[in-house]
Amino acid sequence: MGQGSRWGRIAGRELTTVAITIFGLLLVTFLIARVMPIDPVLAVVGDRAPADVYEKARLDLGLDKPLWQQFAIYIGKVFSGDLGRSVLTSNLVTEDLRTVFPATLELATLGTLIGVVIGVPFGVVAATHQGRWPDQIARIVGLFGYSIPVFWLGLMGLLLFYAKLGWVAGPGRVGVAYQDLFDPITGIVVLDAALQGEWDAFRDAFSHLILPASVLGILSVAYISRMTRSFMINELQQQYVVAARVKGVSEFRVVWGHALRNAVVPLVTVIALSYMHLLEGSVLTETIFAWPGLGRYLTNSLLNADMNAVLGGTLLVGAVFIGINLLSDIVGRLADPRAR
Amino acid sequence: MRHFAKLMAVSAFTALMATTATSALAQTPKDTVVMAKQIDDIISLDPAEAFEFSGVEVGANVYDKLVGVDLANGNKLVGELAESWTVSPDQLTYTFKLRPNVKFHSGNPLTSADVIYSIQRAVTLNKSPGFILTQFGLNKDTVLDKVKAPDASTVVITVSKPFAPTFFLNCLTSGVAAVVDAKLVKANEKNGDWGNEWLKLNSAGSGAYKVRAYRPNEQYALDANESWYKGAPKNKRVVVRHVAEPASQRLLLEKGDIDMARNLSKDQLDGVKASKDIDIVQGDKGYILYLGLNQKNPNLAKPEVREALKYLVDYTAIEKNIVEGTYKGHESFLPKGFLGAIDDKPYKFDLAKAKELLAKAGLKDGFTVTMDTRSVSPITDIAQAIQASWAQAGVKLEIIPGDGKQTLTKYRARTHDIYIGQWGPDYLDPHTNAETFAINENNGEDAKSKTLAWRNAWDIPEMTKKTQANVLESDATKRAAVYGDLQREHQKVSPFVIMFQQVEVTAERKNVKGWVIGPSSDTNFYAPITKG
Repeated sequence: MGQGSRWGRIAGRELTTVAITIFGLLLVTFLIARVMPIDPVLAVVGDRAPADVYEKARLDLGLDKPLWQQFAIYIGKVFSGDLGRSVLTSNLVTEDLRTVFPATLELATLGTLIGVVIGVPFGVVAATHQGRWPDQIARIVGLFGYSIPVFWLGLMGLLLFYAKLGWVAGPGRVGVAYQDLFDPITGIVVLDAALQGEWDAFRDAFSHLILPASVLGILSVAYISRMTRSFMINELQQQYVVAARVKGVSEFRVVWGHALRNAVVPLVTVIALSYMHLLEGSVLTETIFAWPGLGRYLTNSLLNADMNAVLGGTLLVGAVFIGINLLSDIVGRLADPRAR
Repeated sequence: MRHFAKLMAVSAFTALMATTATSALAQTPKDTVVMAKQIDDIISLDPAEAFEFSGVEVGANVYDKLVGVDLANGNKLVGELAESWTVSPDQLTYTFKLRPNVKFHSGNPLTSADVIYSIQRAVTLNKSPGFILTQFGLNKDTVLDKVKAPDASTVVITVSKPFAPTFFLNCLTSGVAAVVDAKLVKANEKNGDWGNEWLKLNSAGSGAYKVRAYRPNEQYALDANESWYKGAPKNKRVVVRHVAEPASQRLLLEKGDIDMARNLSKDQLDGVKASKDIDIVQGDKGYILYLGLNQKNPNLAKPEVREALKYLVDYTAIEKNIVEGTYKGHESFLPKGFLGAIDDKPYKFDLAKAKELLAKAGLKDGFTVTMDTRSVSPITDIAQAIQASWAQAGVKLEIIPGDGKQTLTKYRARTHDIYIGQWGPDYLDPHTNAETFAINENNGEDAKSKTLAWRNAWDIPEMTKKTQANVLESDATKRAAVYGDLQREHQKVSPFVIMFQQVEVTAERKNVKGWVIGPSSDTNFYAPITKG
């Protein structure tokens, strides 16, 4: 049997798993959203529409059909690339997602970057100083990040860094004065501004971005530093570390060169997990910072029983999960010579 | 590995540099008014479809109507696009003379053909606000017979019954009667949708502003129409940003990143009141905050219980402690500012009287009842205050929290015990509230018209007749007097505990002048706003 067909089989199996996962995800979301005691017609016509208008909207939404039929129709459309129209925004769901997802992507990426840049060194130092003060500080920071409610942190951050100190800009994505200076190409405001050479707009957008990203970043720092610490403790007990020390390798190289390098493999998975978590969108952060992202879009749609939007959003989150999983697998394989 | 460490160091450095370099803050541009507001209720900007506060407010600033109201003069009817009008003696035919030389934003002249097209469009699409026009017998089959244009500057409308002229004209002041640019809309029609798809996000009006850009749930920006027939607006552009969190709105206002904050709650208002940089503007809104007592519940169906519960709400304490500045005491179904509104407040917190009434109803030891409560401020807080005062008389109130659409779905299905909610007038005529609070044509499940009276299963054939007859009363004074009587009776017997009328509040920077909050979203105009 040739290599080609073996890879083909593996790819086929992966694809089947993905398809089944997505189908299951959609089915469960559909059922949850449909059994919620919320009338989806209200989002279309409001509370005060007369009976005939209401009835027409109900028929237009296909709500008179049995549940399984509604689901079958939806799945059929998804396969032809049609996610339908959101009743709440009256846009195509694909268009809505194209505007809200970049906003979330921007936040989540910077948040994760902060998490990695601060969390990993923190974890390493905590591991090498087990039980001593750097470890205690890392523990307190971790506890802080886990347990402080994000809406409190967000508001306090605004109060301190925006209202009192004026270091960052307030809620919103970019100042009114800058918003017309560049076109939305990618939908990621900082990137769009940079691509079009609008550096003032870029700086303004970045100063809007940094605070919410930091709030999310603190969560990541907490998670990533704790995990790094435990991976490092595990690595530092391995025989190769003893061997390296006996050989006279400097402690710095032992820790940062040998042990951390081996801890990177599981760490990539952890970072990917934390990234995925942020990519789902964070409703509270988005609300406080007036950030039109995926979290708020999904929550709003769910509370209005806006089925197409909910399912479309879920599909996107599912696809992102699978994509990042795949990516972290690949990175993991590249970092681990045994898996190459 | 070394590569990885280097990468981390570089990214850490960039992040650090970037944050420290951004201390300069943008103030709002000089000719632009920037507001923070909750605008996620907008479903559409199409005047034939918009029926939520924010969507209607946009329409009020983008489109003109035949008639409007004079806010400074007791909401008196005044001509807008119609220079004058006459009513035939049988009260069936209205003849409007259009103002000459009015142009749309596109440059197209506004003629009677546009008026006919706009009305035809609204009643044919028949979206949520469509009934405001169809109730006069205008529908997609009859409209071209009933609305005619003898010449380019005259419009003649025939209604189906001799309605009170104030009723018909008041209805014409609402957004659904706005005049759209027929040529422009026709050019953007798709599959016979009357341009609805396009108008959801764009504008085709003659009003003070045109829509520059609208991004749902994010913001809308309006550009001033320099050649507006009333004269160019006092500002060049209005930008309204969606900021859901009131605390964030307050911070933005205090920093000067916005000029006006539209959704501050009592706590935030208390916080900014003392600031020397900020002014507060208030305006009575038509919104009524009430409890609906479902008459399907055998306890609530007893007249003594209904009355007892009205005596058990501590109106003054709630107003002072929870809603001060944003609501004020009001106990009748017509909001202040409407034709026929009364100011009677027959109920005050009176524990002894309530206990006596409960005993008379055979419920000396009270009873248990649920209340579907939307989990938002101040509704939840008011519900809790009511819970506490009712407990004093042994009435055990269980609060069932829920999201807005969830509690509403239950209310509309009549499966609630008590619903706490708001009702706002659909148009600036007393019939809008009278209809919903005092008309219930058919109390069965198959009812066509599901008014608030129906939702609370309140069967009132007599009151229904009286209320319906009053829309045909041509004498405005008599009409107002009948509404007064209706409200006094309603206060006594109805299953509605009407408690407050909303006061809309805006906090604005000191240099902002000229903003007046009208009695409805149809009357919140941006054009007079200036920035000194």
